[in-house]
Amino acid sequence: MWDKDELRRLEGKRKAWDKSYREELKRCPERLKRFSTVSDQEIKALYTPSDIAGLDFENDLGFPGEFPYTRGVHTSMYRGRLWTMRMFSGLGSARDTNERFHYLLKHGETGLSIAFDMPTLMGYDSDHPMSRGEVGKCGVAIDSLADMEVLFDGIPMDKVTTSMTINPPASIMLAMYITVAEKQGVRRDQIGGTIQNDMLKEFIAQKTFMLPPKPSMRIIVDTIEFCTKEVPRWNTISISGYHIREAGSTAVQELAFTLADGIAYVQAAIERGLNVDDFAPRLSFFFNAHIDFFEEIAKYRAARRIWARVMKERFHAKDPRSWMLRFHTQTAGCSLTAQQPYNNVVRTAYEALSAVLGGTQSLHTNSLDEVLALPSEHSVTIALRTQQILAEETGVGNTIDPLAGSYFVEALTNKMEAQAMEYIERIDEMGGIIEAIERGYPQGEIANAAYDYQKQVDDGEKVIVGVNKYVSEKETPIETLKIDETVEIKQVERLKALKKSRNNNAVSRALNGLRKAAEGDENLMPYIINVVKEYGTEQEICDVFREVFGTYRDPGMF
Amino acid sequence: MAGKRKIRVLVAKPGLDGHDRGAKIIARGFRDAGFEVIYTGLHQSPEQIVEAAIQEDVDVIGLSSLAGAHNHLFREVLKLLKDKGAEDIPVFGGGIIPDEDIPKLKADGIREIFTPGTKVEDVVKWVEENIHPGS
Repeated sequence: MWDKDELRRLEGKRKAWDKSYREELKRCPERLKRFSTVSDQEIKALYTPSDIAGLDFENDLGFPGEFPYTRGVHTSMYRGRLWTMRMFSGLGSARDTNERFHYLLKHGETGLSIAFDMPTLMGYDSDHPMSRGEVGKCGVAIDSLADMEVLFDGIPMDKVTTSMTINPPASIMLAMYITVAEKQGVRRDQIGGTIQNDMLKEFIAQKTFMLPPKPSMRIIVDTIEFCTKEVPRWNTISISGYHIREAGSTAVQELAFTLADGIAYVQAAIERGLNVDDFAPRLSFFFNAHIDFFEEIAKYRAARRIWARVMKERFHAKDPRSWMLRFHTQTAGCSLTAQQPYNNVVRTAYEALSAVLGGTQSLHTNSLDEVLALPSEHSVTIALRTQQILAEETGVGNTIDPLAGSYFVEALTNKMEAQAMEYIERIDEMGGIIEAIERGYPQGEIANAAYDYQKQVDDGEKVIVGVNKYVSEKETPIETLKIDETVEIKQVERLKALKKSRNNNAVSRALNGLRKAAEGDENLMPYIINVVKEYGTEQEICDVFREVFGTYRDPGMF
Repeated sequence: MAGKRKIRVLVAKPGLDGHDRGAKIIARGFRDAGFEVIYTGLHQSPEQIVEAAIQEDVDVIGLSSLAGAHNHLFREVLKLLKDKGAEDIPVFGGGIIPDEDIPKLKADGIREIFTPGTKVEDVVKWVEENIHPGS
């Protein structure tokens, strides 16, 4: 963006400045031995035009809403429409969560987001032995259509969009959602929402797995194919870096492994015979907003640019909507501290700011008590207000991509793009991300990064306020939400009653139909919907999958 | 520690919770401290954990839980150890454990609970001071 002579002249001046900087350090040394991001990326004292000398405005940045989307996927960004404030919630029974949904909608939330309990996430009903002690604990328990009906009681499913954070049984929750909507008189093509449905990051990081990678991929592609034809407003996968980061990865690893997962899904759907432009516009992404402010902003900008190029150049997508990386962001749970928990409000606000400056489409802000328990209503309200203050008081949405052109932010964006591409190329050489996962490659890289970071924290090289610096002698305890222990008992009773009252012959017939389809190569979605309609349970469906496809075991590497 | 054999520790993840960042860091920290470490991997039932502990003849069990099911799962491990006559294997825990649960878990036999923010070396130190393997 600068002419060569001008750059050379500035470079000379820069060298002179470097000299004065070194002189200055003799009087007053730098306060740290090394300045680096939370991901241990080294940061220089100063960035100047020579750090982004090769940057080409049109090719590398472009205009908002235009290739390569570095500056944002929408032409008008937040001047037209603010990001969606989507608070993840789910607790106890379907009735409890339904009440929380009504509360959030009344307070200005614009999209629902369901957290499920562990048994539901893992494909077990509430009465399975592995579910003991876990029912309704970290989200809502959904065993059958009957629970989903209660969950959406009084909520107009043609007016809200819903994000369901679930992976191995994502297809089943989608089937239940479609069925409840149809009972409300809302057609499949009218509903909108997202299933996370991203199994690759489960093997890499979050570890909520059920089937081995290959059958997992088949079911994911089934949902893509089904939605492409029947549920066109549904986001079929939320390709997630969030959990990769929470597992301890660096920002670059989050970026690289997430995009490598995305590449694998696109590849698999193309291999199924789908046209890339028919399904790619419905792929969405989910990133973490960690505490290192500029690194996060650079990460989102680099993500958009890489994806646009991958989709256009590698997969030859023609529809600009296929090139756009749209993403949801959640502030970093792992950056919160149990010590001095009110500080978490401040951390979350900075993280939310980075997501907005990075051009997110939707945002969940963590509540201050989430490191201790599921959030209380009071703390969820503060977290939502944090976003509303950001949106309506600070003015950060007044102009689009305000940090573009910053020598530092652009240089960091370029650097992270290059580092992520190195990882992606290495994974390509291994034969793709599934092969890399089978070799334990991303898992090992993340475990190393997590361990190195922990050592830096333990040594005080990385500061966590209230934990390894500015520690308070006396902590004021905060009140946290308790999940009623009777939720489990009531849910198990509800399930028992359901299994007595439904038409069990019809359930068996539907399950047999599903089994046959699973053994063959038909799309499983219509068969899952058949079981769901007869009030077959989540686990009954998953048991069929487990019998036909086998289960995945954690290799337990550390 | 000269002359004594290495401490054998089982690091275990009971239940369905998949948050294994802490368990893996602790397992690695133990290994770096010279312990023999067996890590169960995820999604283990209390039965599987107790069986592994007895089979591997470990000196101590560390349980990690971050999704709220610790009260049930930790006690179940203690109960099964007792049923199998292996209650001499001490058990400690870590993860997201609310303060008010800690005294109750300790009263029931969990030897120590480590909550977020604990240094790896402090857990190592606790094991070294409290676990004395036989020869």
